[in-house]
Amino acid sequence: MLSFVVRRLAVAIPTLLILVILSFILMYAAPGGPFNSERPLPPEVLANIEAKYGLDQPFWKQIVNYVSGVVTSFDFGPSFQYKDRSVNDVIAQGFPVTLTYGFWSFVVAVTIGVSLGVAAAIKQNTWIDYFAVGISIGAQVLPNFVMAPILLLVFTLWLGWLPGGGWSGGQWQFLIMPVIALSTSYMASIARITRSSMLEVLNTNFIRTAQAKGLPMRRVIWRHAMKPTILPVLSYLGPAFVGMITGSVIIDVFFSTGGIGQFFVNSAFNRDYSVIMGITILVGTLTILFNLVVDILYAWIDPKIRY
Amino acid sequence: MTLRTKLLATTSAVLIATTGALYADGHATHPETGEVLASDQSFTYRDLDESPSIDPGMAEDSAGGDIVRDLFEGLYNQDASGSLAPGVALSHTVSDDNLTYTFTLRDNAKWSNGDTVTAGDFEYAWKRAASPELASPYSWFLEIMALENASEVIAGDLDPSELGVTAIDDTTLEVRLSQPLPYFPLMLTHYTTFPVPQATIEEHGTDWTKPGNMVSNGAYVLTEHVPQERLVRERNEMYWDNENTIIEKVTSLVINDENVALTRYLAGELDRTHVPAGQFPRLSAEFPDQAVSVPEACSYYYMFNLRDGASEDVQDVNVRRALSLAVDRDIIVENVLAGGQKPAYTFTHWATAGFETPDIPKASMTQAERNEMAVELMTEAGYGPDNPLEIDLVYNTSDSHKSVAVAISQMWKQTLGVETVLANQEWQTFLEARNNGDFEVARGGWCADYNEASTFLDLMQSESGYNDSKFVNAEVDALMEEAKTSNNAQANYDRVEEIIAEEAPIIPIYHYASVYMYNENLEGWPFENFQQQWYSKDLYKIAE
Amino acid sequence: MLPNRAAVEGVADQMALAEVKGRSLWADARIRFFRNRAAVISLVMLGLVAAFALFGGMFAQYEPDFVNFSLIGSNAYLGVPSIETGHYFGTDSNGRDLFARTAMGTGISLMVGVVGALVAVIVGTLYGATAGYYGGRVDGIMMRIVDVLMSIPFMFVLILMLVIFGRSIFMLFLGIGLISWLDMARIARGQTLTIKNKEFVEVAVATGVRPSKIILRHIVPNLLGIVIVYATLLVPNMIIFESFISFLGLGVQEPATSLGALINEGSRTMQFGYMWQISFPLFFFVLTIFAFFFVGDGLRDALDPKDR
Repeated sequence: MLSFVVRRLAVAIPTLLILVILSFILMYAAPGGPFNSERPLPPEVLANIEAKYGLDQPFWKQIVNYVSGVVTSFDFGPSFQYKDRSVNDVIAQGFPVTLTYGFWSFVVAVTIGVSLGVAAAIKQNTWIDYFAVGISIGAQVLPNFVMAPILLLVFTLWLGWLPGGGWSGGQWQFLIMPVIALSTSYMASIARITRSSMLEVLNTNFIRTAQAKGLPMRRVIWRHAMKPTILPVLSYLGPAFVGMITGSVIIDVFFSTGGIGQFFVNSAFNRDYSVIMGITILVGTLTILFNLVVDILYAWIDPKIRY
Repeated sequence: MTLRTKLLATTSAVLIATTGALYADGHATHPETGEVLASDQSFTYRDLDESPSIDPGMAEDSAGGDIVRDLFEGLYNQDASGSLAPGVALSHTVSDDNLTYTFTLRDNAKWSNGDTVTAGDFEYAWKRAASPELASPYSWFLEIMALENASEVIAGDLDPSELGVTAIDDTTLEVRLSQPLPYFPLMLTHYTTFPVPQATIEEHGTDWTKPGNMVSNGAYVLTEHVPQERLVRERNEMYWDNENTIIEKVTSLVINDENVALTRYLAGELDRTHVPAGQFPRLSAEFPDQAVSVPEACSYYYMFNLRDGASEDVQDVNVRRALSLAVDRDIIVENVLAGGQKPAYTFTHWATAGFETPDIPKASMTQAERNEMAVELMTEAGYGPDNPLEIDLVYNTSDSHKSVAVAISQMWKQTLGVETVLANQEWQTFLEARNNGDFEVARGGWCADYNEASTFLDLMQSESGYNDSKFVNAEVDALMEEAKTSNNAQANYDRVEEIIAEEAPIIPIYHYASVYMYNENLEGWPFENFQQQWYSKDLYKIAE
Repeated sequence: MLPNRAAVEGVADQMALAEVKGRSLWADARIRFFRNRAAVISLVMLGLVAAFALFGGMFAQYEPDFVNFSLIGSNAYLGVPSIETGHYFGTDSNGRDLFARTAMGTGISLMVGVVGALVAVIVGTLYGATAGYYGGRVDGIMMRIVDVLMSIPFMFVLILMLVIFGRSIFMLFLGIGLISWLDMARIARGQTLTIKNKEFVEVAVATGVRPSKIILRHIVPNLLGIVIVYATLLVPNMIIFESFISFLGLGVQEPATSLGALINEGSRTMQFGYMWQISFPLFFFVLTIFAFFFVGDGLRDALDPKDR
């Protein structure tokens, strides 16, 4: 187990390096630069700016400087767009926001998704099943950029119950709409996976045996069926988590939450190279870590799996 | 009590508690007009995006400028009509050669930490803004101010201490120019020329603009700043004219989507927001007191690529004129945008100060006549139903640019049979393509730097860095050169506009309007100010 | 976002089983599929949607890019859906016929979905089959590469690619395909490991057939069942994905359009009461995705009956 973790972490470093180099190349291949604008800057002004940010150095040297800055002092450099801030500032401000509503969306998606799926499976082919399946598919097909403005119209404009956006340090009333908009499609997927996984488990011999022995249904479900049911759900959580971080773009646009998604998209459009790199590395690292955690959980729940 | 009113009640309770009893009773009146003021004097507005910087020396966009003008005060302010109003400076004298300006500063101007604002603060700020070390993206503003040695300092050839600005004593500032500039004092209302606190900057470095660190001399101080979410500024008790400031608290919220912003405005969360394209007629019918459209100092146009080696099709002046004639500006203005914009047949905005829009023949024709003429010109150029012209049109990603492009491509198709290939490019790609001449027809927009026709027409000069068409015309160059020193340049401008109409290097499409929703209780907005330079300290809210 | 790997793997087991029993997997599956009412109805629906995309344009009274200038700006009362004006679905905010545009958008969305899934499936199958067939070190390296790629946040890379190389349908296919072939590669590899020990493969090896031919002729055809199921489940995800890209403004170029772009435009005018501008595209979007989900589920169940 330990050697597995070590091995995975060892692969992580070259992975991140590939990511850094790939993003660097993509950025430099991009037309335009961080300091272009409708009215081009006079050459002497541009020269000053490029010197300030080290963009006058040869390409390889920029990469080396960047990587060594990150490795030695965890310094991701200054933002080219937000001139009063460093990349560390930007991430320190945006990431906790994304993490907060991402976490709650995750909790909501998993709790409701698994409950719906289990309920649907146990009561297969009853109205509960149809209801759960209907809801989950409906939630999956409604794009969240449609859901977000609908939520705004209903809860902010018509009912006046919730503020239409902002963050205010993450008070609950600012969290509700982002969490609903972000979690629904994941909730739906989780419900569908749970349902089919649970059905499969309920048909296996050991569950049938347990039932035959006269154990109460509730006990059979919780003690025996839950664990194997949850395995396929677990393997979905890695991609789901990454999807939520990327999906946060829409949340940030509609609810003005100031999360990392908006910063990423803006920096891609503004060619804010250092912020793009910082966020890409952050999300890459999280993806690797999260996949690792999922794999460890997997092994922990299912002792048959050996790494 | 619904949740929202509860929230509102708490915020206003907090406000009342913090602002003292002066306005809390709701019966305070405006000192000049005598209107009854509302008890809640907070102003909340929408910004499209987070500004790159709120450091006066580094700021580079107009939204950032709005914030900087509240936090800092320069030598002069603009009043509601756009004329000079005293700021930190009370007055100035000019030498006989018009090259040396001497400003007298008020002695009661204070920084928010209580220090006096001195001429030395201006000297420091200007030298800082010009220094290659700071590398401000707006340092070129000091060059167009014709400040002595500005170009050399920016290029690194001279030390910043050589810049043409000197503090004679605490209240006297001397400025030396390299050439006479009649509108120089007006340029001092621009944020790049605002003073900055040397001690604070030296203490905190780039972090000096964060709330808690920032020391400022404007009517407001920065109290909260969450990038991409909100920026809050509150009354500066140290401001010299503090007693005449009525708005207590100004909040700018970053809301990317204009429809979301409108929803939040209608829900009462905002006092000012943009009107989405095409929605002005409906909103102004429903809320006549709130939807306002005023001229904005920008022109919208399409440019042809006239470089050597560019597509041959648009090198034919008949083709260019035909395409220009076939654009039905009235439809663009009245139906597509519908926000009080004006059809453009000249490049210079119609509302530019001292500019009389010349008579361009096509402006007075009916669209049917224009279309007829356009078809003739196209036939003359050798295009027709069996030999249709194909045009590539690039524009940058935006809903309203898209609507305009779609409409115009159809006008060309329906009138002239021209097939248009639309290419929507993301901003940076678009700028690069336009700069490098990698287009056939491209969208352009130009906003005035100052309120005079040459700010537009300079673009048509062969050597102008902003002349993306690469239109070369010796007569235009001569006329514009002459206009600089002429007392009455209107005749020159008329002729340049005529040449633009004849040669059609660009298709002027419309003149911008700034279209907003304003809270009906908000008063004091400078609608007359052509550059829309507003100061929160001039605003106030009346009781309902 | 991508179909669940575990859910698809059951199909492989069943295929192995069918082989052993010596009956036709496909005949059995067809019978089971047609017993699944939801799947059959969905298949019919899908046929209708495809027909609408292909032939809808012929019934439109206007070209999809034709702007009726008198309607721009007066959408609220003149652009409403009506049989009389010929705008069956009303007009969009630029005065264009929404019926023609919805037909066009449905076509493009279907194409993006199908081609995106096809790219993923072809690349994934070939890659996985090659890795599985050669085994050993080649397999180790190839699969490590997949692991590495899986850790890259591809949505981010795709946004970068579209921003940088300009948007085009080709780029969209490439980008979407790139993101989704990884799972397919893993599944195909696992399956190949069991197939390559079968007699017919060993015979082929013994008679000196080239490895590339063995992979294409003998291994890939045996992966077909699993591939089809995976592809059907992938298509709706591709369509949803494209709509996200359209939302960012990086989708197809005007005057072409996709359902995602139409829905995005419609959602902007929703609050002004132009409900038809969102409801018609959204209806086709939802219908298509529903149908693909049910057909995919039906296919999986048909090929893997123990799942029920």
